[in-house]
Amino acid sequence: MRTHYPLRDDVFADDVAQEPTRAGFGRGLKKAGEADERVVALCADLTESTQMHHFRDAFPDRFVEIGVAEQNLVTVASGMARAGKIPFTSSYAAFSPGRNWEQIRTTITLNEQPVKIVGSHAGVSVGPDGATHQMLEDIALMRVLPNMVVVAPGDSIEAEKATQAIAQHNSPSYIRLAREKTPIFSTEDSPFEIGKAYVLREGHDVSLLGTGTMTYQLLKAAELLASHGISAEVVHVPTIKPLDEDTVLRSVRKTGRAVTAEEAQSAAGFGGAIAELLSEQLPTPLKRIGMYDRFGESGAPNELLDHFGLNAEKMQPVIQEFIHTTPQYHRELQ
Amino acid sequence: MAQQLTIDQINQKANQIRQDIIRMLEAAGSGHSAGPLGLADIFAALYFDIMKIDPKNPEWDERDYFFLSNGHTVPVQYAAMAGAGFFDREELQTLRKFGSRLQGHPERTKLPGLENTSGPLGSGLSQAAGVAYTLQYIDKQPHRFVYAVMGDGELNEGNIWEAAMFAGKYKLGQLITFIDRNNIQIDGNTEDVMPLEDLRGKWESFGWHVQEIDGHNVESVIDAASMSRAISNKPSVIIAHTIPGRGVDFMEYDYRWHGTPPNHEQAKEALTKLRTLNGKIKAGE
Repeated sequence: MRTHYPLRDDVFADDVAQEPTRAGFGRGLKKAGEADERVVALCADLTESTQMHHFRDAFPDRFVEIGVAEQNLVTVASGMARAGKIPFTSSYAAFSPGRNWEQIRTTITLNEQPVKIVGSHAGVSVGPDGATHQMLEDIALMRVLPNMVVVAPGDSIEAEKATQAIAQHNSPSYIRLAREKTPIFSTEDSPFEIGKAYVLREGHDVSLLGTGTMTYQLLKAAELLASHGISAEVVHVPTIKPLDEDTVLRSVRKTGRAVTAEEAQSAAGFGGAIAELLSEQLPTPLKRIGMYDRFGESGAPNELLDHFGLNAEKMQPVIQEFIHTTPQYHRELQ
Repeated sequence: MAQQLTIDQINQKANQIRQDIIRMLEAAGSGHSAGPLGLADIFAALYFDIMKIDPKNPEWDERDYFFLSNGHTVPVQYAAMAGAGFFDREELQTLRKFGSRLQGHPERTKLPGLENTSGPLGSGLSQAAGVAYTLQYIDKQPHRFVYAVMGDGELNEGNIWEAAMFAGKYKLGQLITFIDRNNIQIDGNTEDVMPLEDLRGKWESFGWHVQEIDGHNVESVIDAASMSRAISNKPSVIIAHTIPGRGVDFMEYDYRWHGTPPNHEQAKEALTKLRTLNGKIKAGE
């Protein structure tokens, strides 16, 4: 069933429009730079990969090439924030925040500087580069830091909106981006607000909670589940921190079962955040879909997503099994 | 802006800073003694002569910036700030205590006048460089300067050399950093733990203007900073040779005082030493 959240008309078509979320970031950053001259950008030798070149070309005086030095990337940014700027820093997520976590902790979050950490190429869908470059622990690393906002946009349109919103949000922030093209499910009219989750599809048997590009896979899985007589609600949670607890709890209170999906370690990441919320406030059977305490490996992106159970076709039987083996808790139908 | 002080007056400020350090550390019961004492002359020069600051308006938009990279030496900065009028000297006795603005390692959000939060080593120079880059290339305010103080043991950190490359590449002429070359770190002598020499050669090869001074000669400190401000096409580093524990003879040169505070008897003796310049003059109140 449809909700008030506008989905693209062709969302379930085989040739659904696709674009990498990093492309949306690149457009969003340029727009953020047009809107506010305090916005500056710093990159660690990956300017085109992270799509910062649009900003660099438009505002060469406000772009800083740091070289392959991720510790310096975020600490120089901290200094620029002290001097009144709104710095965006970009690299691959495996390197930033992978390598420079302590600098982010001390000089950005404890120091309360509104530096934006942009981690591109997150998840196994990086593909052939292999496990070293497939960042899976970034959500956990960032969401544990006080003061840090953590956003994993669902598609490129949302990434563009999220980037602009984060620029004007006076807080340290992390944006998680993907290298590969992924389906676009939102529209220009779809809402995005930091700290808000959105019900994309209503249902009553289970709440499918997705973050980042896994939300699309859950939408598709919900379609597959419908053909098996299961009514799944799909909730898109682009902001992992601060978590929209009300929207999540409202959905789970209704359905009595929850499934999370993320292209990251299921431990301590988005699934971990939902597990913490539900176990304290609404104990409910929960299935976390993600990477289970292991690293990725080389392969084609879709091959890897399939191998690790991170597409709709692999999720559907897992969710179905979960529903058939667990009771619904706290069901409060109106 | 405060009135111009004479060198003698700045030396007296340094002595006051040292006495305050001893009292603070004794009251705190923990903290670092040697580094702060060794830096007292540099901080007196910075806060009472070199830097353009307004203690009554810490966010003054024409101020110079100061970044302390080796945050564990912050008692010397607190003492200098109190002496300069950022806050009352009585507050120094709250160092490291619950609810104090004077945290064991400096936190910018707690105390106006601090520009950064530090403790984990190696990140202060990058932050100072970020401000210097902004002043030089974006805000185009060539009359403002960014000062930083680093320890020598801290130079083991890779982050420092990333910053050194960065500042060298961009010729950050408004960046002026002091290295507290006291030759000690926790595990012993710096050259035994992880050799730093040829220190001058290292910085020169990274594109920096290098000076070496006696870090206890206030006039040298002031002159070196002045020279650094005049060098506009390179970042500047001033290798300040200092004696750890300077001013209290039983602490001098002894790395065991790196992370230890004086007890009551030691503090009393240290204060006497400071008031008499280690017995050279009669104590006066």
